[in-house]
Amino acid sequence: MNDVAIDAERLARRYGRRWALRDVSFHVPPATVMMVAGRNGAGKSTLLRVLSTAIRPDAGKASIGGFDVVRDREDVRKLTAMLSHQNYLYESLTAKENLQVAADHLGKRRNGVGELLAQVALDGRADDVVSTFSAGMRKRLSFARVLLQEPRVVLLDEPYGALDPPGFDLVDQVIRDLKSRGTTILVATHQWDRAARLSDMALVLEAGSVVWQGAAGEVMAHEVKA
Amino acid sequence: MLTAALRKELLLQWRTRSQLMAVFVFGATTLLLFSFGIGPNAEMLRTFSSGFLWLGLLLSSTLTLSESFHAEMENRALEGLLLLPSDPRALYYGKAIANWLQLTLLGCALVPVMVVLYDAGTTELLKLLAIILLGTAGLSAPGTLYAAMTAQVRAKQTLLPLLLFPLIVPALLASVKATSLTILGDPMHQSRSWIALLAAFDLIYWSLCGLLYGRVVEE
Repeated sequence: MNDVAIDAERLARRYGRRWALRDVSFHVPPATVMMVAGRNGAGKSTLLRVLSTAIRPDAGKASIGGFDVVRDREDVRKLTAMLSHQNYLYESLTAKENLQVAADHLGKRRNGVGELLAQVALDGRADDVVSTFSAGMRKRLSFARVLLQEPRVVLLDEPYGALDPPGFDLVDQVIRDLKSRGTTILVATHQWDRAARLSDMALVLEAGSVVWQGAAGEVMAHEVKA
Repeated sequence: MLTAALRKELLLQWRTRSQLMAVFVFGATTLLLFSFGIGPNAEMLRTFSSGFLWLGLLLSSTLTLSESFHAEMENRALEGLLLLPSDPRALYYGKAIANWLQLTLLGCALVPVMVVLYDAGTTELLKLLAIILLGTAGLSAPGTLYAAMTAQVRAKQTLLPLLLFPLIVPALLASVKATSLTILGDPMHQSRSWIALLAAFDLIYWSLCGLLYGRVVEE
């Protein structure tokens, strides 16, 4: 069973003069799915990027599995996988090659790549270069890359973005599978109702600050009020 | 980890190999233009041939070095590798070695152009190859670091040469001198000391740039 929790304490990050995150504090227990909601520019992506160690916070602290996201960056990265807006893919490489590159860097065998591509319904396009892919197909491939890492914490930034209805179902299934394996998951999304059904907790951000946090089942009431 | 990084770089280079042809044409055109600057003076052309070769290679290198980070920045692929996690030093050496190989290939391809345009041939081909290998190593190590540094700024095509050229003057000077002595003759055996100087600068560049790369690509 997973024992990796996420903690944030008065986390802050700014771009120039604008604060993208301000005094954000929360605790996500191990093997929990937390939905991060908020409008465009609310700070969802910045929060996930700070937790993934892609960027550093300007103030406050955060830890994953007890490892500080600034001091113990390497340890945090070993535990965490991030599905980003930027899909981290090489345009001139094929779907299979993109996963093979990631597998090589992770020191994993390349054998599982075909299976992962089948899991995200891209096995038929395995040898096509990514530059020929639609946005939805890129998202699916990014998902496969996340799964390849076998992470204990998953940070999903707009996982439903650019996907078709079967893609939505795929994301739901992946989240359910990860959850059943005890993975701690943060889902930043605009699809409140969909994500709320899969989540245990919810956090609502507005202009970089937490305006509401509680049980995921109650988040829809907050949306109606907002 | 280094093998994985190098394999990825070579695969990316292979996929964009048509660009190397374009860079070669650019380098060859540069050599041709230099010859126009001197005019039909065969002796002077031969005398300056090594300088022109290295200037052509230097100008072409800014294109290949800058291009080598295009794929990394397109979808923040480099960030994706760092978050896997990958060792920044392995990523650096993988890219620097791939760039080195590409520049060596380019240097070797420009030699026949130099011979044809400037009548500047030599029978010491192995020695010339060694100088090209060492000289391009001196370009690729700091070039890869600076290309990473400038990859995210808007005026990268301008900024990269501005930062890179002053830093590589010693390596460039040693490369030109060693090449010149190989082509024009070396009765005093001076080329050895220039080659040794070049190797020393390479050692410094490859050691320091590998250490600094992590600070450049990580926030």
